[in-house]
Amino acid sequence: MGLLDRFRFSSLGRFLEKIFGRRHARIGIYGPPNVGKTTLANRIARDWSGEIVGSVSDIPHETRRARAKSNIRIENGNSSLIMDIVDTPGITTKVDFRDFLNYGLDEEEARRRAKEATEGVIEAIRWLDDVDGVLLVMDSTQDPFTQVNVTILGNLEARNLPVIIAANKIDLEEASPATLKSAFPQHPVVPVSALTGHNMDMLYSKMIEHFGKKRRRRSK
Amino acid sequence: MKVKGVTVDLISRSKLEELTSSEKIDFIIGEVKKGKILILEMGLTADEQADLIKKTMSTIDHDTFIGIEMEGYPEEKVGFFHRLFGIRRSRITVIGPANLLKTIRRDDQVIETIIIPGKGV
Repeated sequence: MGLLDRFRFSSLGRFLEKIFGRRHARIGIYGPPNVGKTTLANRIARDWSGEIVGSVSDIPHETRRARAKSNIRIENGNSSLIMDIVDTPGITTKVDFRDFLNYGLDEEEARRRAKEATEGVIEAIRWLDDVDGVLLVMDSTQDPFTQVNVTILGNLEARNLPVIIAANKIDLEEASPATLKSAFPQHPVVPVSALTGHNMDMLYSKMIEHFGKKRRRRSK
Repeated sequence: MKVKGVTVDLISRSKLEELTSSEKIDFIIGEVKKGKILILEMGLTADEQADLIKKTMSTIDHDTFIGIEMEGYPEEKVGFFHRLFGIRRSRITVIGPANLLKTIRRDDQVIETIIIPGKGV
């Protein structure tokens, strides 16, 4: 554990956090497969550190292990927040290796990918215990009322973890971020395109405001 | 003569309340792996849903069991004391094997699913 982490988890660090709000937060990027989690993680990391977090692909479950990028400082006017972002594997209730065959993978590769994907889902859920806030990525061209979205939000609410819903893919014609806003009125929803960078300034502003707040985390 | 078809079990609230969270999850996985569709009168808490997904992922064998389809309504807070103490009541939930049960549409009032023909036991 580094010196900064030691301070964060020390009594003095927690006391100051309660008084002044959080300045350093570990943010998990969550969502179902293929909604653009890694594209968003890369966008954030590239905008503020010039680096990327991981590779992206049209094949579902491209991210099968959680990947983190530390000490990303985002700013908005006089406000700022230092974040460790954790790009997590997509959460799903089913994985069928046959689905990957449609993307040109041979059976052996498809089976290996499917096995790694199941392990990735477990890892993503475990990470919920170690994040301070969540960017929940949804595809704004798709129906938001999925069980995965409901389950993730239910877990975040039970843990009292702050969440921002990133309504991604607004560059696509069929996108309807308004549907997401009406589906989850109790949470902040920010329409973005991680691919083009559209509206990212609004997301950064919301992240500083929302993830920097004083908040008491509920234990599981 | 044995009748062929898909078994749909409606599991009562009292049956579910007898089980611990881990027993509930083992029961659901066991029944769903047999090819049954379960309708739970009292659904799972958010934590239990996450644990069910983890258990499902560790149970998938890619040839005979590819996971579950699960649909239910979010937990609701009911009554003054429930709201005061943050107690939530879980709601009706349908769970089945992913190769057998498919969700067509859901909103905050209706969950529409179909049973895929020819996949029953």
